[in-house]
Amino acid sequence: MGQITLSKVAKRFGDAEVIPPLDLIIDDGEFVVFVGPSGCGKSTLLRLIAGLEDTSDGRILIDGKDATALGPAQRGLAMVFQSYALYPHMSVRSNIAFPLKMAGLDKAEQDRRVEGAAKVLNLTNYLDRRPGQLSGGQRQRVAIGRAIVREPAAFLFDEPLSNLDAALRVGMRLEISELHERLKTTMIYVTHDQVEAMTMADKIVVLNAGRIEQVGSPLELYRTPRNLFVAGFIGSPKMSFITGAEAQKAGGATVGVRPEHLRVSPSEGPWRGTVGVSEHLGSDTFFHVHDTGLAPVITVRADGEVALSHGDTVHLTPQADKIHRFDQNGLRI
Amino acid sequence: MARAVSTQRKAFNTVVAWGVALLIAFPIIWTVLTSFKPEPQAVATPPIWLGFDWTTKNYHDVVQQRGYFSFFLNSVIIALGSTALGLLIAIPAAWSMAFVPGRRTRDLLMWMLSTKMMPAVAVLTPLYLIFRTLGLLDSRLGLVVVLMLINLPIIVWMLYTYFKEIPGEILEAARMDGASLWNEILYVLTPMAIPGIASTLILNIILAWNEAFWTIILTVTDAAPLTKFISGFSSPQGLFYAKLSAASTMAIAPILIMGWFSQKQLVRGLTFGAVK
Ligand SMILES: Nc1ncnc2c1ncn2[C@@H]1O[C@H](COP(=O)(O)OP(=O)(O)OP(=O)(O)O)[C@@H](O)[C@H]1O
Ligand SMILES: [Mg+2]
Repeated sequence: MGQITLSKVAKRFGDAEVIPPLDLIIDDGEFVVFVGPSGCGKSTLLRLIAGLEDTSDGRILIDGKDATALGPAQRGLAMVFQSYALYPHMSVRSNIAFPLKMAGLDKAEQDRRVEGAAKVLNLTNYLDRRPGQLSGGQRQRVAIGRAIVREPAAFLFDEPLSNLDAALRVGMRLEISELHERLKTTMIYVTHDQVEAMTMADKIVVLNAGRIEQVGSPLELYRTPRNLFVAGFIGSPKMSFITGAEAQKAGGATVGVRPEHLRVSPSEGPWRGTVGVSEHLGSDTFFHVHDTGLAPVITVRADGEVALSHGDTVHLTPQADKIHRFDQNGLRI
Repeated sequence: MARAVSTQRKAFNTVVAWGVALLIAFPIIWTVLTSFKPEPQAVATPPIWLGFDWTTKNYHDVVQQRGYFSFFLNSVIIALGSTALGLLIAIPAAWSMAFVPGRRTRDLLMWMLSTKMMPAVAVLTPLYLIFRTLGLLDSRLGLVVVLMLINLPIIVWMLYTYFKEIPGEILEAARMDGASLWNEILYVLTPMAIPGIASTLILNIILAWNEAFWTIILTVTDAAPLTKFISGFSSPQGLFYAKLSAASTMAIAPILIMGWFSQKQLVRGLTFGAVK
């Protein structure tokens, strides 16, 4: 079990209110991702749930029981840190066994569980090494091993993959997703990586300056962002925003269009501009179109084969049913 | 060509380094040499380098006159006792300063260190009176306490800088893994801080061993350590240089030997954890 409820939870550091009171329910077995810009309080929120920071206000319930006053050791949660935070003076085996030793399990049971975790995580050959003798990816696996052996109520991850190179990151992302499929344990995952959030999450929580902007499934956030912040934050490359008369005509103070919902053509279309930078990804090409008179730049996705040069004049056609309209307060219409 | 220059430069550096080392070690070398001279040759002008009549008579005389073992024992007790007591107080203090700092922790540390700048004589009278009232004059316990207090700021500072090097996340990981405060200290912090604790221990034994103001003033015979042993051989008249040198040599020999065997830890200690 691992159902976590935050009720009016707030955090202040001195006079600075980092997290204004917020409510959030995380269901048992869910994979929840916290995203938001740097400094928005993702780590702080995670640490509040972990018990590593005291709440300034509000209550935290784990499986219905009030855990607000419990220390991190008593909450039955496991955490994987960005820096891995392995014990440098212990072997991999002792690192993974440490939580079991603290829980007072007998040696045979400890060994059984460590071997089991090592097998799942491909660490069997490294059990007698020190963390200093491992690669970054192996260290990350040890940190995950240390978290899974104690069968926690929930896993907390704070940007666990950000110290890994791109290829390894994709691999570990899949491993963590598979782990979740297998264990079906609640996972809370902090990241600022779009792709991680979209691909791993059952539920994404978008944070901005400590406030929750929107909670929903990846596709909900993509299709129906509640406000301008979420609209601009979810999706990569970013949605382009248009204001002024053209926006009014479409029925909003601001209108947003994603690059993939614009058609580009050399001669036809209501919006006209000149091509700036083009980014060729092979499968797709993203063009940055300037001088439209609608927005400083509009990003548009085209097929990988489309060849346009810097300075070419192009016409753009938005897909009418994929336009996002917002009122003057930035809220979705 | 560049290589030749750099070899020359290396040679030059080596010579300079040896020169400085000799300069620093000279008083000790001279003391040891003098301790083997007959008294008249010890004060001869011009000084005699090696061509004197080597003798161990000074050592015999010194031990005969004053004994050695009880002073040695007092030195050991005072040095080890004050260091152990200091660590006992400083470890929790440095711990809380490093891992749960308050707004004024930095100021507090600076203030503690600043007490080291106060001349010892400034507190001589009050301390002497307190000791007399408590009956601590010429007692080992009294000296252990005084030397502990004198070195406490340095012990706390050193441990603080070592603890600071330990990433807080590792201690947080231990907490998440279900470790109680005690287990966190026992299984995670202490093993990681062992090198730092060891160098602090060694440096403070040396500082306490060499302390020669309070140890001389606050003792008569019962608690008198080797510093008092040395000072007993300086007299206003007569020839005493060779005997004084012999006493000094016997006083510094144990700590020199200990220092030699713990050089690595010691260097770490003296750089206050700045160099790894
Ligand atoms: N111990 C602290 N004392 C004072 N302010 C803090 C403390 N910890 C965090 N903050 C502040 O709280 C805010 C949120 O920090 P937090 O680390 O939660 O951000 P984050 O969303 O995790 O950012 P990032 O993506 O860069 O990791 C920041 O403005 C930070 O300066
Ligand atoms: Mg963070």
